[in-house]
Amino acid sequence: MRREKIISLLLMFAALSAISGLALITAFIFKEGLPIMMQVGLGQFILSSNWYPTEGEFGIFPMIVGSLAVTAGAMVIGVVFGLACAVLLTQFSPPRLVSIVKPSIELLAGIPSVVYGFMGVVILVPFIRDTLGPAMVSLHLASDPGPGLSVLAASIVLGIMVLPTITSISVDALQAAPRSYREGSLALGATEWQTTHRVLLRAARSGIVAAIILGMGRAVGETMAVIMVAGNTLDVPHSIFDPVRTLTSNIALEMGYAAGDHRKALFATGIVLFVIIMVLNTIALAVSRRRAGKAVAR
Amino acid sequence: MRIPPRITQGLAVSAMWVLASLTLGVLAFIIAYILWHGLPHVTWTFLTESPKAMGREGGVLPMILGTAWVTGLAVLIAAPIGVATAIYLTEYTREGRLTAVIRFGADCLAGIPSIIFGLFGFVFFVITLGMGLSIISGALTLTLMVLPTIIRTSEEAIRAVPQSFRDVSFGLGSTRWQMVTQVVLRSALPGIGTGIVLSIGRSISETAAVMLTAGSALGFPHTAFDSSRTLALHFYVLSREGLSMSNAYATASVLIIAILLVNLAAYWLMRRFVAKVA
Repeated sequence: MRREKIISLLLMFAALSAISGLALITAFIFKEGLPIMMQVGLGQFILSSNWYPTEGEFGIFPMIVGSLAVTAGAMVIGVVFGLACAVLLTQFSPPRLVSIVKPSIELLAGIPSVVYGFMGVVILVPFIRDTLGPAMVSLHLASDPGPGLSVLAASIVLGIMVLPTITSISVDALQAAPRSYREGSLALGATEWQTTHRVLLRAARSGIVAAIILGMGRAVGETMAVIMVAGNTLDVPHSIFDPVRTLTSNIALEMGYAAGDHRKALFATGIVLFVIIMVLNTIALAVSRRRAGKAVAR
Repeated sequence: MRIPPRITQGLAVSAMWVLASLTLGVLAFIIAYILWHGLPHVTWTFLTESPKAMGREGGVLPMILGTAWVTGLAVLIAAPIGVATAIYLTEYTREGRLTAVIRFGADCLAGIPSIIFGLFGFVFFVITLGMGLSIISGALTLTLMVLPTIIRTSEEAIRAVPQSFRDVSFGLGSTRWQMVTQVVLRSALPGIGTGIVLSIGRSISETAAVMLTAGSALGFPHTAFDSSRTLALHFYVLSREGLSMSNAYATASVLIIAILLVNLAAYWLMRRFVAKVA
């Protein structure tokens, strides 16, 4: 019996490693970044548009706007395509087809982000620069075709990258909806589509919301693909054809050579990113926990 | 005018078909495009030589080894910890405040972006612990990154093992640990394997975190304390600096093939697992 006690204790220690890792990450990121953030002033750091790290001016407002812009764009694409795949997989396709589509979407999640970025550079960016941008200008929908490296390019690439997250969590949520809902609705004479969008999507709502929020976290946090297609300029973008720099790319681009206060300011950029992600994570967890609670109550 | 429900359904389903086909089309296009441009350059010498002139010429053998080292070490460290966590959560404790904290940790860790892992690995492993830009720093950083995946898949696999297996084992007089190792883990093994294989894939693909922790040295790694460039980072450098498009495509092809194999293995293990417990 003593042996069992020891095993149980050892397992508990192993189990605490994830939360310890999280604590260490939090502690070290804040320890490195917080002093410079306080020195510059939180308001100044977040709201100033002047990022001249060698002259000691640290303002990340354009990067925050950049991250929000590409994330918003990515969500439009990711949610539309991701949900369509999820609904199709759970409601409208024969099992044989599911066995092809599901692994494909998992594969989409497995492709390295640098490959997505590269495809963006060789296919998407030239298309936006040479075809889409000029067309928009001639239609008076944009004032400048831009360099191709843009909010739009980053949004499309990120949208494809977050799609698997949104699809797989939404599939779980849709499958968790009780069978009786579907059968009841069909028995009342509703079509499958009416059943889907009036009953099942509503029943799975909190799971789908969690999926979207987690997808949002993915998009905010993605680094390499965004560096490659977003252009990385330091200005606040005015149209989707303008280049931007995100919080993540600011860190990855400058960590290689930064030193002293500059490096600390990159950690401070990391703090802002970290806080955004933790807020999104917590919302997603709370939403999906509410769903779990509801399922038990049922 | 009211559109008949049958027609709305037809329109909705066709729209979803178009969107899903586009998604699969993008996947097929990416794989085909990379392999089409890259495979002709993936020769035996490319796989077995060192890069020359910063990667303009020569091969990628050191990067293949570097990727194998970093990935192998990361998974070797993460797998026992992750499986132990899953065993603890499922077999050794009841749901309570402690399990809630453990789950919260794993869930949050899963959502943290790789660049944050990179920053942490840089200041903690590379600088504070003095490991330098090295394979071991990269591997330990990746360990934290893949841990949540291994915990979650192992927990699901262990939970899927029928309760009757446990009852029989206890009925035959085994201790809890004997029951876990000889009955539960044995049935859950392919499911746990899926999580481990997916973690291998994630480690191979990772770029931002290894860039800040394992560095980008071009030479052969001799020990775990050497800096080494992984394939994904090498591909990034090649394409970003426009050093050599043919070598960039070839490196990307090697990456894509590795990811295809990994996903195939995960898929096969998952099917075996489903067949075993069902």
